[in-house]
Amino acid sequence: MGLSGIQIVLLFIVSCIVGMGSVLDSFQTHRPLIACTLVGIILGDVKTGVMLGGTLEMIALGWMNIGAAQSPDSALASVISTILVIVGNQSVSAGIAIALPVAVAGQVLTVLARTVTIFFQHAADKYAEDANFKMIDICHITALAVQALRVAVPCLLVSMVVSPTGVQSMLNMIPDVITTGLSVAGGFIVVVGYAMVLNMMGAKYLMPFFFLGFVIAAFTDFNLVAFGIMGIVFGLIYIQLNPKFNMPKAVPAAAAPAGGASMDAGLDDDLDDELD
Amino acid sequence: MSEEIKNTENTLTKKDRVSMFLRSNFQQASFNFERIHALGFAFDMVPAIKRLYHTKKEQSEALKRHMTFFNVTPGCVGPVLGVTAALEETKANGADIDEGTIGSIKIGLMGPLCGVGDPIFWGTLRPITAAIGASMALTGNILGPVLFFVLFNAVRLAALYFGLEFGYKKGLDLVKNLAGNMLQKVTECASILGLFVMGALVSKWTTINVPLVVSKVTANGKTTVTTVQNILDQLMPGLLGLVLTLVVCRLLKKNISPILIIFILFAVGIIGYGLGILGA
Repeated sequence: MGLSGIQIVLLFIVSCIVGMGSVLDSFQTHRPLIACTLVGIILGDVKTGVMLGGTLEMIALGWMNIGAAQSPDSALASVISTILVIVGNQSVSAGIAIALPVAVAGQVLTVLARTVTIFFQHAADKYAEDANFKMIDICHITALAVQALRVAVPCLLVSMVVSPTGVQSMLNMIPDVITTGLSVAGGFIVVVGYAMVLNMMGAKYLMPFFFLGFVIAAFTDFNLVAFGIMGIVFGLIYIQLNPKFNMPKAVPAAAAPAGGASMDAGLDDDLDDELD
Repeated sequence: MSEEIKNTENTLTKKDRVSMFLRSNFQQASFNFERIHALGFAFDMVPAIKRLYHTKKEQSEALKRHMTFFNVTPGCVGPVLGVTAALEETKANGADIDEGTIGSIKIGLMGPLCGVGDPIFWGTLRPITAAIGASMALTGNILGPVLFFVLFNAVRLAALYFGLEFGYKKGLDLVKNLAGNMLQKVTECASILGLFVMGALVSKWTTINVPLVVSKVTANGKTTVTTVQNILDQLMPGLLGLVLTLVVCRLLKKNISPILIIFILFAVGIIGYGLGILGA
């Protein structure tokens, strides 16, 4: 049995919201954690939706759009993989195998959509000539529809044809070595996201904190909240002790003796003298 | 128009600023590869332009000068909008500010704010709130997604609203403030937090298992099997994950696309499992 008419309509609406979220990058409705949960609610299997969302979120943790560069697309991947997993009664690890190829397709579509929106920009240029505020608002907001539809239309097509037997026979065609191999790979594909974050930070001299986090996590059972608090504490201590923040002019950290510096203004002068 | 009327009319009201704040939530709606946020910035400025300029010609000129290339981390657009609105207000009240000045101040703010916004929003806030949410979600707890949504958006909305108000009140002083080290302090603190947690995640959430058997010792009727993974775990748990992360960093720096790397890792997983080198 496939999906009911109401479910298809609701999925269309949710995938519009997810698509809009993917370009706005503000409310985060395009993140797997949220998108998969919403689809799970519609399909009546919240638990699977949430669990798949959590799993895909780990993989996509560092996927981000920096400047004009586009990352793999979590929006389309989340919605389609959740539909297929829940309707086809599949495991969460099958969801990973479905999501990643879809993320590539989604990336192609979002690049296309962001090229199509140049048209809206040019239309708005014309309305700016006549100071037509209303049409400028309309140009800006309707451009959002392009992004909504680039997720909603593929999802509509999938939700109209999807059936448990269809999904099962599709996945059964894939040999076991590939499905298990994919879930093995899922265990370490997460590092791509971490590496994207590390590179974006671009602060090589702060890398000791990365290794510190790694070692502490390797030998303790602290949860993430504990790591968050420790991270903030280390950050604050670093700033308080760092001589480069306690001087009127920026001085390379290496030039000043490490440690011992404080907010104390007198010490600043001492250091200044030393450096002169 | 007399000087007096001008002064009362050419001031942005709280309502105008709130309207700009609400609009800035849709900053990227018309994201396009030609001018990125150009239309978005003009869209945000509409309430200010309506309030400050009264002739078609002035309004049109104002709209056009904000239809130029602009791009910043969406959560960080607030201060730029605030400063720009303050500049437009001074200009509308007769100060001699030309278009070039407003344009170059906007461009000047783009760099530093991206430098702050990307590490804070994409390197720290989102990964950490999402990681906490995801770790709850893995057990099927719906509080995970809810927590992520609420935490992330609370910080983002606060940054937009207070950023805009701060930028508007400080005006050009903000540009001078940016030269100080306050922003650098915040960014470094956030980067340390982000990197520290990222290190923890590499250890906690990466699963690589090499079940190759190194030795099989039978003593007193008990068989002890030692795999490659056992030896590595004694050395340092999660070591392979760490090495792989650093290798991927290298590959990304060579401009190999993340998607390609993901597919390479897929192939590694399938082939590795097929050969029995990698296990679940």
